[in-house]
This record gives sequence, structure tokens and C-alpha cells, in this order.
Amino acid sequence: MSAQRMLMKGSEAIAEAAIRAGCRCFFGYPITPQNEIPEYMSKRLPKIGGVFVQAESEVSAVNMIYGAGGAGVRVMTSSSSPGVSLMAEGFSYLVGAEVPVVIVNIVRGGPGLGGIGPSQGDYFMMTRGFGHGDQRAVVLAPSTLQEAVDLMGLAFDLADKYRSPTLLVGDGLIGQMMEPVTFPEARLDLPEKPWATTGKPKTRERNVINSLDLAPEDLEARVERLFAKYARIEADEPRCERFMLDDNPPLCLCAYGTMARIAKSAVQRLRAEGVSVGLLRPITLWPFPASAIAQQAESARQFICVELSRGQMVEDARRAVEGRRPVDFWGRAGGVVPSVEEIVAEVRRLIRDR
Amino acid sequence: MKETSVVMAGFGGQGVMSIGKILAKAAIHEGKEVTWLPSYGPEMRGGTANCTVVIADGPIGSPLVKFPDMAIVMNKQSIDKFEPELRPGGLIVVNASLIDRALARRDLVAVHVAANALAEEAGAPRSANIAILGAFMARAGDLVSIAAVEHALAETFAGKPPSLLEQNLAIFRAGLCAGAPA
Repeated sequence: MSAQRMLMKGSEAIAEAAIRAGCRCFFGYPITPQNEIPEYMSKRLPKIGGVFVQAESEVSAVNMIYGAGGAGVRVMTSSSSPGVSLMAEGFSYLVGAEVPVVIVNIVRGGPGLGGIGPSQGDYFMMTRGFGHGDQRAVVLAPSTLQEAVDLMGLAFDLADKYRSPTLLVGDGLIGQMMEPVTFPEARLDLPEKPWATTGKPKTRERNVINSLDLAPEDLEARVERLFAKYARIEADEPRCERFMLDDNPPLCLCAYGTMARIAKSAVQRLRAEGVSVGLLRPITLWPFPASAIAQQAESARQFICVELSRGQMVEDARRAVEGRRPVDFWGRAGGVVPSVEEIVAEVRRLIRDR
Repeated sequence: MKETSVVMAGFGGQGVMSIGKILAKAAIHEGKEVTWLPSYGPEMRGGTANCTVVIADGPIGSPLVKFPDMAIVMNKQSIDKFEPELRPGGLIVVNASLIDRALARRDLVAVHVAANALAEEAGAPRSANIAILGAFMARAGDLVSIAAVEHALAETFAGKPPSLLEQNLAIFRAGLCAGAPA
């Protein structure tokens, strides 16, 4: 495949981008609406010397990626909300043992078994560390398929750079839709991993990968080390897109992922109708682009967060604005995706109510 | 920025997803932006399937459209569902082989074409979708060029016997003639 624009389904584009980024192992368990990711991997990986295993459960899959990641291989799994919930314990182990892996969550409506429609209801679960213990992990949220391709490469790079599991969240629309995408060349220059458990030569001590420290002082030291890493991530890695914000409009919408692309259309429609409005779109949900929002609060008089949930990211936006401006919320849940017209009407109502 | 949305709907197996992909590939050939979104939720269980294609000169916002500009409807359930949702002045291409009712609305441009009959006459009854795509292209204005759609058809049938492409190109062109304004 050359660097031409090709029409591809989101799930398959994510899988191909992972392979281009050097991913050679995939372990997972099927769940709608992301089954095209393992399906694609099962076809492609064996042909390029990789490994695909359909695990007997998500609990197995997350521990299999721990094994491969510990051996220094670029490895991933993918699932959807209920399946990702099952990976929470293993995820915490990955964080504690500092194993770089990538986990893709194509979020569906919850709670419980829920539905299969597009949702952003896992924002809290993804951004608050996802797993027990004192921890965080980078969460990337693409809004288009090209961005999903680009962020898959970044996800593997950040995982290796910080020796940390990295999350990418999409939803049923990102997973199921098709859009033209261009792939980067396959990566050949993968980073060295001297810490990996690849067999002990006589020239060095054993490499140990675990997350067990029974002495409180030792565990505290590990947590301190992790949090020094998180401080670097929070300083260097927040990413967002500022859309129609250069003229500092008095109204700032805030949305990510699929909801952001619908909100962009709403911004354009409102602008055409004479409403001065822009959109701030977080690309990293953690680290949250809080300083970009704080800066926008210098000029914006009102913020409105729109989400495919009953209001989760809005809490981070409120914290970033620190009470200086009102931060309103509107969203749909359960897999319902609002139309552009609906967002325009709700934004007009929220402007009126202030 | 010009942005046009097209819904294609019919029974599962009538090939509406495929003609959506052909249209999307044609848009890529013309350097345009495009999204293709299938129905994948519970509505598929009724035996009907649909996809939405949005074609634009610039970045596309929502791939999901409440009021489409154009529709291709292959069966009765699809015309019942999408006729009320089209924008005023929108285009609706109706498969007259399976839909015997007239439109309820007066503010749409309607094209009735017997897609199944056209495909059967050409000896390829499964290509009714290609016939109706032809009729659609006769009325779709500057959405994408006919040459780009034929290019996308060739891409779609690449690797299959060349006679299959020739047959489908003939059906596509028959659809074009059938859909052309009298």
C-alpha cells in the first residue's frame, strides 16, 4: 500500500496503523462494535511474522499483552466498554510494572451490557487512572479516521517513551464509518528496550518486571517515581485543537471525538447565523488540556461542553476554568447521536438561559 | 463549503452498502472529502440496511445526517422511512420494480426507475443496485463525475472476470439513460 488516500473502515484503519507503528502482537476477545480490529489483525499479523491470539476472555487478553510488552514487543488489545472493564485489574498491573502497551476502547453505551451505539460514557473510567491504586495513563481521543491513524502511531511512541500503558478511545462511529486515510511508512526505527525480559546474558543483572512491593517505603518510592513521570506527561503531552477561536469569541464549545466533529458543524452553522462561537477540542483526555481552556477563559464569557454522556468531561473543563466563567453542559446518552440541528438549538437555549 | 449527504437504503443483500462505497471511492478520485456510515444498530435486524455518504469540498463534520439531501430507496420500507426525512427540494431515486406507490411529498425531485427489471434485462439480476446508481448519477448534478463513478466501478470489480465489469458498466449506463430527464 502506497501513501495514497484510501477508503477504509475505522476499525481496520486503526489496526493497519498499529501494524505500521510496529505492533506485532494482538491478544483480544470479540465484542461489538470493534470486531473488525481483531479480524483485521488475525488476517495480517501471521503474514508479517506477528502473533494473533483470540484469548478466552478479556482478563486473559490483558495479561497476555503484559507478557508480550514485558518482552519488549509492541503489542495491543482492543475491546469495547464492558470488555474493557474486565481489563481494569490487569491495567493497574501494567501501570505498576511500567509495561508499554496500547489498549483501544471503542466505547459503547452503558451502564451494564448497555447497547452498541456510540457513547462517551467511559470518560471517567479512562481518565481517572482506569484501575486500582494511585495511577494515571495517557488517553488519546481521535475525531476523524486520519487522526485515529496518526494517534495510533503516537500511542505506541508515548507508551515506549514513558514505559506506560496508553489508551485510545473511539466510539461506534469511529469504528464503523469509512473515510479516506493516508498511512505513514512502516516504522523500522523502534526504540531499544534494555529493561525488557528477553533472556539474561552474563553481562548484566536480571531484569525484573512486576508490581509487588510489600514494604510500604518501597511501594511509596515506586508511586513517587510514577508521579514524577506523570508530571512530565502533564507538562509535555497535552494536546488540543482550537477551532474558530482565533478571534476570541465570547462563547466556547468544548467537545472531543465524534461529538467534536458534529459540534464543528454546529459552530459553522451558528457562525453563519451570526453567533460568535468556537470549539476547543481535547485530543488528549489525560493529560487534559487545562491550560488551553484556562487561557480561553480570559476572553470567552461562557463555555458549553457537549458530550455523548450525561456530563463527564465537563468536570475537567470546570476545574480548568476555576469558576471564573460558567461552564454549561448538554449531552445525549445510551448511544443516541444528536444532529447538528439539535446541538445548534441547545446551544441557543443555553445562551438564552445565561 | 459545499456538503451533500446521500442515503442509500434497501433490503440486506440488495447492495446498498456497495453502491455507497462506490460513490465514496468516486469522491476520493475527485480529491473530495467523504464519509461512509453504515447502519449497524438494531435497525438492521428488520432486514433493512442503509448507509449514509457525505461528500464535501472540505472537512466533514457529522457523518450522521438527520435530513439528507438525496436518497436512493430500493424497497417499500426504505421509501416509507426516508421520504419524510429528505430536505425540501431534495432528490429521491425510487426503485419502481419493488415500490408501486407515488410520493406523498410534492417538494422533492423524484426519479422512478425499474432497477430490478433493468438488471434482469441485462442478464444480471443481482446488479439492480448498479442500475439505480446509474439513474441517481443522471440527476446528481456535480456531486461526483460519471467518469469517477465508472473508475470506482472498475476498482470494485478489479480481480474479477473482466466480463463482470463490462456487464455492470452496461447496466450502470442503462440506469443513466433511464434516469435522465425526459
